[in-house]
Amino acid sequence: MRKETVQGWLLVLPALILLVAFTHWPAATTLIDSLYTTPKGSRPPRFVGLDNFTDLATDPVFWMAMRNNAIYALWTIPASVILALLMALAVNTAIPGRALARMAYFTPTMLPMIAVANIWLFFYTPDYGLFDHILGWFGGGRHNWLGDRDTALPAMIAVAVWKEAGFFMIFYLAALQAMPPDLKECAALEGSSRLNFFRRVTLPLLMPTTLFVLVNAVINAFRLVDHVVVMTRGGPDNATILLLYYIYEAGFRFWDTALAATLTVVLLALLGLLAWLQFGVLGKRVHYR
Amino acid sequence: MRIPTRSLEILGAWILAVLWVLPLLYALWTAFHPGEYATRFSLTAPLTLENFRNAWAAAPFARYFLNTTILVTLILVAQFAVCTPAAFAFARMEFAGRNVLFAIMLMQLMVMPDVLLVGNYRTMAKLGLVDTILAIALPYLGSAFGIFLLRQTFLTVPQQLDDAARLEGCTLLGRLWRVYVPLARPTYIAYGLVSVSYHWNNFLWPLVITNSVNTRPLTVGLSIFASTDQGIDWSIITAATLMTSAPLLVAFLLFQRQFVQSFMRAGIR
Repeated sequence: MRKETVQGWLLVLPALILLVAFTHWPAATTLIDSLYTTPKGSRPPRFVGLDNFTDLATDPVFWMAMRNNAIYALWTIPASVILALLMALAVNTAIPGRALARMAYFTPTMLPMIAVANIWLFFYTPDYGLFDHILGWFGGGRHNWLGDRDTALPAMIAVAVWKEAGFFMIFYLAALQAMPPDLKECAALEGSSRLNFFRRVTLPLLMPTTLFVLVNAVINAFRLVDHVVVMTRGGPDNATILLLYYIYEAGFRFWDTALAATLTVVLLALLGLLAWLQFGVLGKRVHYR
Repeated sequence: MRIPTRSLEILGAWILAVLWVLPLLYALWTAFHPGEYATRFSLTAPLTLENFRNAWAAAPFARYFLNTTILVTLILVAQFAVCTPAAFAFARMEFAGRNVLFAIMLMQLMVMPDVLLVGNYRTMAKLGLVDTILAIALPYLGSAFGIFLLRQTFLTVPQQLDDAARLEGCTLLGRLWRVYVPLARPTYIAYGLVSVSYHWNNFLWPLVITNSVNTRPLTVGLSIFASTDQGIDWSIITAATLMTSAPLLVAFLLFQRQFVQSFMRAGIR
């Protein structure tokens, strides 16, 4: 074997072992676990083929989690990405108090989601909370934001958008600042309107950034459930249960490893599908420098 | 026509900024005033540190701070040590299986350890590591993100510098240490900041893998503190919340420029 091959492998080896041991290996064992029953007491796990998956298909909580996660993703992703773009456009121009505005947008990013959840929990409290206070000024009555099936999930979405938008703004801001200024001068000479310039020049040039931000937003829509743990524990009546939270409950509160493994396989398949969609389909339409 | 749209834009930007900072200001108000002012605004409300004193006394926050500090330091040092050689090999060496290995590694960008709670818990149980700080850190040490980021930076190092060092008789590791690492300093700072803030704030995996005061990081400690003994004393909970976020928040406010630039650098690929 060539010397460089040995050296190369040796340099990569520590990272490779850690990566495989804690990403690929658990993914593989999860897949195997999903084909077996949960061991109970002295009863060892028994091979059941795809039974866990057919059981899952008739589990109403699973469908609730899928539905909630879809709604959660379809609101948080566009809302945080569009807000991030607007924020970046705002602080990229010379508005008064630009540094302050940028700081205001970005600060929630530095807070732990747990801290954010605690603060917002207080806002949502019936009677005492900020929201009921503000509604009170307009003659509104008390409302149990997190206890009502109709408002609990929107309340979670609001928290996630508040936390994430500023983070994504940073990447748009970086892209906007890297844009050559002569483009704008050219457009001005040609008599292009601002809206037209934005639509025809800025937005296409921001496509790689948008793809990057989208990938992160999609991952977060399935990964970030800290606030659910603190604020609602999936309730009321499973109205805020998300896929990863259900995995956590199945694995560490019911200790049902078969269910947890089956759910994880579904989540992994979903993430894989989304990755393929983003890089395969969307990626082709993106122009990289 | 132009001026009104412009002022509207500025107004919009400011409304958004106020909306974004309001929750934090509200938290600050609650934490620094006596409990009865938590939901009542008055300019004459007395300032107090009592809430912070009570929170600090009610739970072992000193220990939680220590645990989190050990955790983020351990992760940071190990990530640098593990990712640097791998990134160098992927950037500047030709070896059999390189592209396959690189592809295997990149898969972690989409499937993060956070999702694999159940599988990783079992591994830790087999290794006898449940409820240790090492177990919180282990799944994150081989970081595809870190390797990718450093590789991109190493690729921009001029080959001539590398060749010159080689002619001077510098060994492989010597070149990595003397040429590549110093030139990649901004990337290390960027990656370090991203890593520290991620793991300072990480919650779900530490919640699952720890079950005692001596290992719990701040986030888990805070969630237990807020959910159990405090009932609904919002002033104390808010004080504890701000206390646990304070180190990062203060560091961010002091070094805002570096933070923002680092996050940007970590994002541009």
